[in-house]
Amino acid sequence: MEPIKTLRSRTVVLPNTNIDTDQIIPARFLTTTTRDGLGQHLFSEWRYDAQGALRPDFALNRPEAQGCQILVAGRNLGCGSSREHAPWALLDYGFRAVVSTEIADIFRNNSLKNGLLPIVVDEGTSRWLLEHPGAELTIDLESATLTLPTGDWVKFSIEAFSRYCLLNGVDELGFLLGRMSDIKAYEQRVQV
Amino acid sequence: MSRAPKTMFEKVWEQHEVIPETADTPAVLFIDLHLIHEVTSPQAFTVLRQHGLPVRRTDLTLGTMDHSTPTRTEQVFGGAPIAVESAAKQVRELESNCAAFGVELLGMHNAQRGIVHIIGPELGITQPAKTVVCGDSHTSTHGAVGALAFGIGTTEVGHVLATQCLLQRKPRTLAIDITGHLRPGVTAKDLILAIIGKIGVSGGTGHVLEYRGEAIRALDMDGRMTMCNMSIEAGARAGMIAPDETTYAYLEGRPRAPQGAAWERAVERWKQLPTDSGARFDKEVTIDGSAVEPMITYGTHPGMVVPISGSIPTSKGDAVFEKALAYMGLQAGAPIKDQAVNVVFLGSCTNGRLSDLRSAAGILRGHKVAKGVHMLVVPGSQQVKKAAEAEGLHKIFIDAGAEWRESGCSMCIGMNGDTVGKGQYSVSTSNRNFEGRQGIGARTLLASPLTAAACAVRGRVTDPRDLMKG
Repeated sequence: MEPIKTLRSRTVVLPNTNIDTDQIIPARFLTTTTRDGLGQHLFSEWRYDAQGALRPDFALNRPEAQGCQILVAGRNLGCGSSREHAPWALLDYGFRAVVSTEIADIFRNNSLKNGLLPIVVDEGTSRWLLEHPGAELTIDLESATLTLPTGDWVKFSIEAFSRYCLLNGVDELGFLLGRMSDIKAYEQRVQV
Repeated sequence: MSRAPKTMFEKVWEQHEVIPETADTPAVLFIDLHLIHEVTSPQAFTVLRQHGLPVRRTDLTLGTMDHSTPTRTEQVFGGAPIAVESAAKQVRELESNCAAFGVELLGMHNAQRGIVHIIGPELGITQPAKTVVCGDSHTSTHGAVGALAFGIGTTEVGHVLATQCLLQRKPRTLAIDITGHLRPGVTAKDLILAIIGKIGVSGGTGHVLEYRGEAIRALDMDGRMTMCNMSIEAGARAGMIAPDETTYAYLEGRPRAPQGAAWERAVERWKQLPTDSGARFDKEVTIDGSAVEPMITYGTHPGMVVPISGSIPTSKGDAVFEKALAYMGLQAGAPIKDQAVNVVFLGSCTNGRLSDLRSAAGILRGHKVAKGVHMLVVPGSQQVKKAAEAEGLHKIFIDAGAEWRESGCSMCIGMNGDTVGKGQYSVSTSNRNFEGRQGIGARTLLASPLTAAACAVRGRVTDPRDLMKG
């Protein structure tokens, strides 16, 4: 994984609360055996009409949303299914960070493991972001800060080890493999 | 060792710490049972190949196929191909991956195949005090026996295949105490829907739930699995129920449970598992079980739920709420009872077990599915199917006009050929009423098997107690 230090981009806003991973990537697109090419199906039901044409009123389809790398969403983003296809689809589409007041556990874990930054902010910051689509934000992973175009900034919390891995491009599998002697000792100790 | 009183979760967690967590690093947690299926494993096997790694503990890994498999008998057994080529490829890839890496697979024609969360307990391989993971959020089901069981993503599936371990931060704990007893016609499904309605779809985020109290002790194992299954719908990492005599009676003699002296030793060990008196939970919630009514959802997440006798809430100007009702084609403030129904789905890892089929059959016996209603009955596993047929349940469903299928996830996820049509109302015993979950434009109302059967008979949303004798 490529190291990530900072991200500067405008936002796209989906104010909906409880956006589940079935919305992010519907189940009928899960019959794939690779991680690639899921971006075209991102938010499929919301993005396309029954004929497969783009719905012009959907936030991602607006001209000003093109190239935006930060998705701001309502509370409890990514609830439901554990499908890692959700962050794969967001990344393949071009997003690099998602921002909400609450991000569901499994979706957050999956995002961190793929280099999609799950940023949890306070209610006040979230309200400002939801009211200002297209705002240019700077996310700095080293200092764990999110800076608004007003110059105001807020700290966000991100699990220390995940941050270390993201900043340094460390693969967690490599880290686990490096603990093999401890794993073997455990297996001997509990005879599992 | 500290003698401080501990919760059941803390005991299981500590027993599986290969390396405890620190401020800088998560715990390395050992996994006792890794269940895999066709949808969330292919990319993980690809990673193993890229690194030249084997599956480290094939003895702790078990595969089956359920999500993208068809449920029509002629497709499962008759040689008729899986309609969707990508699904067929996914199934073939699971077969070739399991063969190449030496993982046991309960494949398409295996008599023990079924939905991954049905077969774990059914085989007795899901056991108290185990850590159980699977690339599926409903892995929480296995917590019903006192296991710590949670869903993971595909990257983590790769971690477990390669190392039998996961990097995990220790979750917080939430006790949900259910006082009193459920009334007749009220099931575990109604209780868990009522809990989600109360704490909300993110009320459990970051937490492991422990369901406790009189009403929980009185549930059979199938009901406990229904409860733990839907813990994820409250956002929880996992749900757990302390093992007791009901648990041991359920597990004893199952093919992969310990046998003989090993069984006796295991039970002695499991008896140490329940939460110690005086142990502290991070949060506690109490619900009066005797006040719970048969419940049904009206919206697009499982927290949008009301008693069947109740009404859909009024709007209060919430745009998300209004969008959900527009999708559902329902009116704020209107009663939910007597809403017309097009489809009834009985099955899934939530309610596809034998007792679920029995309770629905009890309502359907001597009745017909209402004209214009399509009812699909999909046993949770091939063994559930066989047991149901042995007691003639399939005849009751077929005589009533329902379809009787082979096991699988079916209409719960709509990625296998079984879907609900656009705009159609489906009363479903599954776990998610998200937009499009059962098919593009499908409108799902989640309910218990009793309620689903009653709705099938009347063709409208019906309180099952209206059809229950005595």
